[in-house]
Amino acid sequence: MFYGINVKQTMNELAIKAEKLSKNFGSFKAVDEISFDVKKGEVFGFLGANGAGKTTAMKMLIGISTPSSGKASIAGYDIYNETEKIKRNIGYMSQKFSLYDDLTIGENLRFFGGIYGLSRPDIKLNTEKVLNRLHLQKEKNALVKSLPLGWKQKLAFSAAMFHSPQIVFLDEPTGGVDPLTRREFWDMIYEAAESGTTIFVTTHYMDEAEYCNRISMMVDGKIEAMNSPKELKKQFNASSMDEVFLDLARKATRTGD
Amino acid sequence: MKQFLVFIKKEWLHIWRDKRTLFILFGMPITQIILFGFALSNEVKNSKIAILNPSKDALSAQITEKINASRYFDLVKEIKTNSEIDLVLKSGEVNSVLVFPNNFEKDFNHNGFNKVQFIADASEPNTATTLKNYMSNILMDFQKTKNPNAVNPLQIKTEIRMLYNPQLKGAYNFVPGVMAMILLLVCTMMTSISIVKEKELGTMEVMLVSPLKPFMVIVAKAVPYFFLSMVNVVSILLLSVYALELPIKGSLVLLMAESMLFTITALSLGLLISTITGSQQVAMLISLVGMFLPTLMFSGFMFPIENMPLPLRTISNIVPAKWYFIIVKNVMLKGLGISGVLKETLILMGMTVFLLVLSVKKYKIRLA
Repeated sequence: MFYGINVKQTMNELAIKAEKLSKNFGSFKAVDEISFDVKKGEVFGFLGANGAGKTTAMKMLIGISTPSSGKASIAGYDIYNETEKIKRNIGYMSQKFSLYDDLTIGENLRFFGGIYGLSRPDIKLNTEKVLNRLHLQKEKNALVKSLPLGWKQKLAFSAAMFHSPQIVFLDEPTGGVDPLTRREFWDMIYEAAESGTTIFVTTHYMDEAEYCNRISMMVDGKIEAMNSPKELKKQFNASSMDEVFLDLARKATRTGD
Repeated sequence: MKQFLVFIKKEWLHIWRDKRTLFILFGMPITQIILFGFALSNEVKNSKIAILNPSKDALSAQITEKINASRYFDLVKEIKTNSEIDLVLKSGEVNSVLVFPNNFEKDFNHNGFNKVQFIADASEPNTATTLKNYMSNILMDFQKTKNPNAVNPLQIKTEIRMLYNPQLKGAYNFVPGVMAMILLLVCTMMTSISIVKEKELGTMEVMLVSPLKPFMVIVAKAVPYFFLSMVNVVSILLLSVYALELPIKGSLVLLMAESMLFTITALSLGLLISTITGSQQVAMLISLVGMFLPTLMFSGFMFPIENMPLPLRTISNIVPAKWYFIIVKNVMLKGLGISGVLKETLILMGMTVFLLVLSVKKYKIRLA
């Protein structure tokens, strides 16, 4: 296990539970009564076209947006009253590349470890692990801006995983990187999942959707389909996830942004 | 607390790594003080003057010599006729002309007084006024040395005393102005830019998802700029005391305390700007146009507020720099204590509280 977490886990324990979760902006229903469960250690793909409400839904789950109605719990904590506990137990990698370009790799990791209150020895230990895993030992003191995008992305994922969260939320983590790096990135996701971390990931790439244990498809703020990729293909009588996506996305009346 | 320190350390690294900005932040106050103090002074030195002296007697020669010896005037020409006056002024050869009457000394001794005429090129009104004042001072001074005990009950003289700034040094006015400008620039602009930068980068989101309290993020952002500003205040004061020989008449502690207050005002302004903008460029533009220009125009630093029409004078009241400018002037130049600047201090405090409440409210709304 690479991040050294000790989460006691059973597969039927729930990491995320959402019931009729909604977010309205005036009369516009950005997220319209979505309900779903994510089991611990699961890789859960959260799919949908642009403007379908993925990001809004995710923001509610990670506690930076208050839902208009509905219930949800993250790692057993209520999203209305226990956001502080939720924050300690989740990691987040934003759509935008979220490391500091003008800090070195070591400084970035120290910062993200520090704001989660990790002790100095823990930070040191975890930093070594990350550097070893990414084969960046020599670049420890290099500024992040000198790294190629693929490495930055992997590093950002490591930063999100740095405090060993129970659940990690990834918002389109592989935008703009080449297929090989994406593959490597998904290897890291699997490693994290195997060690018991729950992965909640949004993506545009349908080949990536195939890597998930289960996926949900959002159309116009609602979840239109949710199952394993295999079952979904069967259900929609499609040969690939691409077809499933197109089939569903065509129903959308909202246009993307 | 530990998280807080980690954050501040990160902010320091950002500032430290950005050498160019760092250089500007520290270089600017020094450059401005030197520029205003030595180059852009509205003090007039060695102004060229011509003298028309048909009397050619001892007394007029003494006056001429005294004028030439002063650092304000430089005698470049002696003219012979009245018609030449217009010529030398028009050609720009001189800025002013002093005209003695005929039989200057004789009439002086006979009547006990005499007159000279001072003609100045008023196409630059400020310079002309300054020259006029210099000339009156020189002549008055001469009169005193010449006739120290003379009491003439019939003579009515206007004595102009330039209080607090007897030598009419330009530096007196611009030091408080530069201080206000630098503090606004460092605090308002740099803080708003650095917060908005995190939004652009997406790191702000990551921090909001972390256990860091949002308010802590803001305070941690402000702390390094607060210290930078204090360093700047100290360096401006050191420069003005030692390079410009401008004394600090009032309490240094009070001056620093007021500067801290204004720094916090400027920081809360920066915070407010950062909550209403999403890009670094917009933040910079708002800071410059919304803060910098009003500071220049309405603080009384460049243009006297008393001379403005009522609507502009009213607007000037909402510019925080105006109050800080008054405070610094009163404390530094007039040596007033806290009771002398109480009103201005309370206004600044009120503004700060208002801005802070407003921006914290805005900040929370954005999170919802």
